[in-house]
Amino acid sequence: MSERDPAPIVPSSAALEGPAALALLRTMWRIRVFEERVGVLKRADEVYGLIHLSIGGEGVAAAVCTQLRDDDVVYSGHRAHGHAIAKGAPPDRILAELMGRSDGLCHGLGGSMHLVDVEHGLMGATGVVGGNIPLALGSALATRLRGGDAVAVSFFGDGAVQAGHFNESINLATLWGLGVVLVCENNGFAEFTPRSAHTNVERVCDVVAPYGLERETVDGNDVAAVWEAFGRFLEVARRGGGPLLLECLTHRLRGHYEGDPTLYREAISATEWQQRDPILRLARQGAAAGWFSAEDVARAEREARKEIEAAVEFARASPYPAAELPGELVYAGGSRP
Amino acid sequence: MSTTTYVKAINGALAAAMRADERVFVMGEDVAEGGPYTATAGLAEEFGSERVRNTPISEGAICGVAIGAAQSGLRPVLEIMFIDFITLALDQLVNQAAKAHSMSGGQLCVPLVLRTQGGAGQRGGAQHSQSLEAWLTHVPGLKVVMPATAADAAGLLASAIADPNPVVFVENKALYFKREELLEDPPAVPIGCARTVRPGGDVTVVATSRLVEEALAAAETLAAEGIELEVIDPRTLVPLDLEAIVRSTERTGRLVIAHEAVCFGGFGAEIAAAVGAAAFDSLDAPIERVGAPFTPVPLSPPLEDAYLPAAPGICTAVRATLGLVAVR
Repeated sequence: MSERDPAPIVPSSAALEGPAALALLRTMWRIRVFEERVGVLKRADEVYGLIHLSIGGEGVAAAVCTQLRDDDVVYSGHRAHGHAIAKGAPPDRILAELMGRSDGLCHGLGGSMHLVDVEHGLMGATGVVGGNIPLALGSALATRLRGGDAVAVSFFGDGAVQAGHFNESINLATLWGLGVVLVCENNGFAEFTPRSAHTNVERVCDVVAPYGLERETVDGNDVAAVWEAFGRFLEVARRGGGPLLLECLTHRLRGHYEGDPTLYREAISATEWQQRDPILRLARQGAAAGWFSAEDVARAEREARKEIEAAVEFARASPYPAAELPGELVYAGGSRP
Repeated sequence: MSTTTYVKAINGALAAAMRADERVFVMGEDVAEGGPYTATAGLAEEFGSERVRNTPISEGAICGVAIGAAQSGLRPVLEIMFIDFITLALDQLVNQAAKAHSMSGGQLCVPLVLRTQGGAGQRGGAQHSQSLEAWLTHVPGLKVVMPATAADAAGLLASAIADPNPVVFVENKALYFKREELLEDPPAVPIGCARTVRPGGDVTVVATSRLVEEALAAAETLAAEGIELEVIDPRTLVPLDLEAIVRSTERTGRLVIAHEAVCFGGFGAEIAAAVGAAAFDSLDAPIERVGAPFTPVPLSPPLEDAYLPAAPGICTAVRATLGLVAVR
């Protein structure tokens, strides 16, 4: 066993095929349309705060979250819209949250960077890069102490890997053998600067190599590859194994946040993006494999547009929360100091 | 009743909570070995290493793990060995634990107890002796508890573990081995209720943690001079039983606030401002504060002894409120 390639403990899983592929395509379209719409709403000042879009990276959210159950928990970071939608959170309530309305997932107290939907296992997103990776470990520990086979997933970007919490968490998760799947979306940029300006270690899988955990680097724009790799990891975690780390190489088509001038990098060419776009890529792959028809693809986009437009109307119609709400929710149990 | 100590009372309260509720577990550095002050001694033997978890020296991650476990339905009691090291866990405590309930619109709860201990007087030097509780009181969403006696340590720890919110439980290392008579099965003490430790009519002294016994010593000294102190221990800083303090101050017309933390920016300032606003017309003298000077805790024994707020400083502050000494 080389240091780079630990012995495979991961069982082979079913390859991607028709119904699952179509579900992925639909999910990716819902995320894409949602985020494009949010970008427009941001420019119109209808959504508030820093808005971080994952356009171009929908494949990872879809491939991971569509394989999870509601009782599997997900912790995400500041770029969380895709994870939330893919995990089952309703887009209309997410959008209402971004607009600070009372029908938002968190009644307008959280916002884009703090989406929570406990019913669907979305336990939190954080604006502190890497700050909630240990929380996912804690959830896995709770599953072990209470029994059950729920799995915890932590999404984070490559920028989190240089933070102390990440390194402490890798040590602890491997030391205790916690059933957590760490999913790193490596888009090559930590905010405004490229990974090479933050660290000499290019691949996150290499950063964690000494701990010996099961890990794999995949092309995050190849949805089928992410789906298959995560499916294998999920089976291991479901049986009580772990931790595991899946590094997905992705591309952030937009800036760090909406309005970011993106002067720090060159735009990808339209032709090159056509080749890499995870939605177009899966559409081509699915058509070639006979997983779905051209009409299925067109319908997925059409239905997504319809759903998101209805979500915009829902969110716009929702009132702002009552002025008393922040004071009422400082403490659980209703007590106020 | 039997003779016990503050640290044994904590140990007993932990064991009782773990026996009563399977969701309760303990984690921290060296907890399975009992920790440096024996607060968790014997727990690993009774409850096993899954529920009494030794951790690496990773204060940030272990605090986050405890928060995640709490959000998923467990009742973790995390030990941060010295409050000086809470700096490493503050991101987790402040950004993750304190705000989760609010930011999630009430969906998430964090029933976490973070036990830690502060205080000087043991030649620990500037990084093992601090009193940093005021930082924590400034964060909405955290509760901050500071027991001064074994009975309160046991009773408040039981309430903290039962509380659905993150509670920082600040012990004082100088109190750990003080002997005290305690009931075999000490009752829970509600969070947010001050205790009148000694009634008196001349000057109200609000004292926290180790300074409670210093205030009682000052009360003995001053009683000999015919000055009666009413000593109040808030026991919990957040939520604060302001009403008890205001009621007493309205009766005595004079207030001294004593804590071991650095005076400047300390919690005493908050109490002074709140009482000033609520009972200005009842005050016969400016409110006096007793706390540590604005320096790191020195190591050298004579310097550390001089640094520590204690009974003589409280006596001077009381006399100042009575016009018996010049205002310092």
